Amino acid sequence: MKILVALKQVPARDSLFKVDAAGRWIDTADLSYEINEPDAYALESGLRLKEQHGGEVVALCAGPEGAASAIREALAKGADRAIHIQDDNLLAYDSLSLGRMLAAAARAEAPDLILTGLQSDDIGSGQTGVILAEVLGLPHATIIMDIEVHDGALRVKRELEDGWFQHVALPRPAVLTVQSGSSKLRYATLMGIKKAKTKEIKVVSAPELGVAPEAGAVLERLSLPERTKRTVLLEGTPEQQAAALVEKLKHEVRAL
Amino acid sequence: MSGILVVAELTAQGGLHKLSLETLAAAQAMDAPVSAVVFGQNAGEAAARLARYRLEKVFALDHELLAQYTADGATAALDWLIERVQPELVLFPHTYQARDYAPKLATRRGRVLVSDVIAIQKQAQAIVLRRQLFQGKLAGDYRPAPGMVFASLQAGAWRADALIPGETPIETLTPELAAAEIRQQPEAPFRESSREVDLSAAPLIVAVGRGIKEESNLELARELAGVLGAELAASRPVCDNGWLPMERQVGSSGQTVAPKLYLALGISGAIQHLVGMKGSQCIVAINKDPDAPIFEVADYGIVGDLFEVVPALIAEAAKAKS
Ligand SMILES: Cc1cc2nc3c(=O)[nH]c(=O)nc-3n(C[C@H](O)[C@H](O)[C@H](O)COP(=O)(O)OP(=O)(O)OC[C@H]3O[C@@H](n4cnc5c(N)ncnc54)[C@H](O)[C@@H]3O)c2cc1C
Repeated sequence: MKILVALKQVPARDSLFKVDAAGRWIDTADLSYEINEPDAYALESGLRLKEQHGGEVVALCAGPEGAASAIREALAKGADRAIHIQDDNLLAYDSLSLGRMLAAAARAEAPDLILTGLQSDDIGSGQTGVILAEVLGLPHATIIMDIEVHDGALRVKRELEDGWFQHVALPRPAVLTVQSGSSKLRYATLMGIKKAKTKEIKVVSAPELGVAPEAGAVLERLSLPERTKRTVLLEGTPEQQAAALVEKLKHEVRAL
Repeated sequence: MSGILVVAELTAQGGLHKLSLETLAAAQAMDAPVSAVVFGQNAGEAAARLARYRLEKVFALDHELLAQYTADGATAALDWLIERVQPELVLFPHTYQARDYAPKLATRRGRVLVSDVIAIQKQAQAIVLRRQLFQGKLAGDYRPAPGMVFASLQAGAWRADALIPGETPIETLTPELAAAEIRQQPEAPFRESSREVDLSAAPLIVAVGRGIKEESNLELARELAGVLGAELAASRPVCDNGWLPMERQVGSSGQTVAPKLYLALGISGAIQHLVGMKGSQCIVAINKDPDAPIFEVADYGIVGDLFEVVPALIAEAAKAKS
C-alpha cells in the first residue's frame, strides 16, 4: 500500500508570538519550528499501517527551504522518501489553491491512501485534507482516531462531539484527516536519523506543478485578540499570589 | 446572488444542534434576507423549529440518501440547493460535522471557506471575517474575494437568545442525489467510556493541562484537589497520554461542566477546551504565558510557574480550611 502523508512545519507550540511590523503575519525571528502535531499523528498512523500491511510511506510537505528539517524528521522516523514543494511565499496561496498544489503532487504519486492532520497549529483552518479529497475526486473522512484496512476498503473510527464515536467504511483510495492523540508517537532513532540522510527528497516548485496562487480570502490584518473579559491578575511572589487567591476563593467565590 | 443561507444541523436524535441557532442569530444581525436549510430524512421537526424565527424561508431537504449524515450526501444536497438559491453568503455552525463537509462544498463551488469565524464586520460592500490563528493566541481579519462567500462560525461567538421570533414558511424539497455518489458508509454512533464520574455535577473542579509536563506531577494537582475537595479534570492531551481517564476530559469531545469554581493549571485555553468550561461561575487560570487564551475567560489569573504557585496554594488552602 502506498501511503502519502501530507505534513507541514509550524512554529513550536510554546512560542510567544509577536505580530510583524506590517501587521500581516507573525514576526518569525527567533522562532523554532516543529512538525504540526496532528500531522505527526498522521505520519505515525501511516508508519503503523506500513508495518502491518507493507508498502511505502511518502511524506509530502509544502514549505520554505527551512521545512527540510521537518521532512528529515519524517524520514528519520521511518518515511521512505519525501516530496518537498518548496516555496517561500505560501501565504500567497489561499486554502483552495494550496489544496490544488498538494493535489497536483499527490496525483503524480497515485497513492492508495492519503493521510494528513486534521488542522494546523498555525493557521488552523482545518480544511486541507478535505479540500485535497474534493480536488482529487476521492472520498474522505475527518477527525480519525483509528484506521483498519480491509482488502480494497477502509474502516475508520471518527470522533464525534461530546465523547461519541462512529465507524465509517469507505473505499480506497481515500483521504483521512487524523486527530492528535490517536496513537503514541515514536521518536526517531539514531539509526533512523542516519538512514534518513540517504533517502530521496524530491524538490519541486508550485509553478512546476502548474498551480498559481489565488486569493479567495486574504488575511489583511493579524492582531492580538481583544480581551472581552477583565481578568483580575493576582501579582507578587508565588506565596503572595496563592494567599490572594485563597482570600478570593474564601470570601468572594465562597468555594472554601 | 442575494441573501444569506444558514445551514442548520440536525442531530442524530432529530433535533437541532444548538450552534445552528447561534449561526442563525449571526445571520439575523446582518441586515440581509436570511433563509435556513436543514437536510436529512424527516427533517420536518427541525425545520418547524427554525420556522419559529423571522426568516424568508426554511428549506427542508428530504431524501432517503440523507437518512444518515455523510460528507458526500451533505455536499451534493447543499450544492444542489445553493445552485437554485444563489445566496451571497452561506453560513455554517463550526461543528465537527461542518468541518467534515463544508470545505468540500466550498471547493466544489470553486470558493474558499473561511472557517471558525468569531466576528463578522460589514465594510461598505464587502465583509471582513475575523478568526483565530495560532491556537487562539492571535486574531486574523480575512477579506473574501467578490462572489459567493462561505464561512463557518465558532461556538459561543454569537448568542442564540438574540434570535428574533417570527413565522416562516417551510419549503420541503427533494434534491437530486444518486446512491453511487455517496461513498462513506457510516455505522451507528457509540460512546466508549461508561462515564462513572459525572463532572457536570461537581461544584469544584481542578483541571490539568499539558503544562503539568509529566504524569508524576499529577500528584500535585491531586493534592490541590484534595485540599479543596474538588474533582480532578483535564484537557485533552493529558487524557490522550492516558494520565487520566477520558471521562475526565473537558471540552467539545469530552464533558461540558459549569462548576462554581474551575481552576485551570497549565491549560492554554484552546476553543475546544473553552466550550466545555466557559459556563463555570468562577474561572481561575494559572499559566506562565500571559497571552494564553485561557485568560480571555478567567475571572482570576496568576501568571506564573504552576510548580511554584500550586505548592503555595496547597499550603494556603490547608491553612484557610483548618
Ligand atoms: C476536533 C478537536 C477536538 C478537540 N477536543 C478537545 C477537548 O474535548 N478537550 C480539550 O481540552 N482539547 C480538545 N482539543 C484539543 C485542543 O485544541 C488543544 O490542543 C488542547 O486543549 C490543548 O491542551 P492544553 O491546554 O493542556 O495544552 P497546550 O495548548 O499545550 O497548553 C499548555 C499550557 O501550559 C502552559 N504551561 C506550560 N508550562 C507551565 C508551567 N510550568 N506553569 C504554568 N503554565 C505552564 C503553557 O503556557 C500553555 O498555555 C480538540 C481539538 C480538536 C481539533
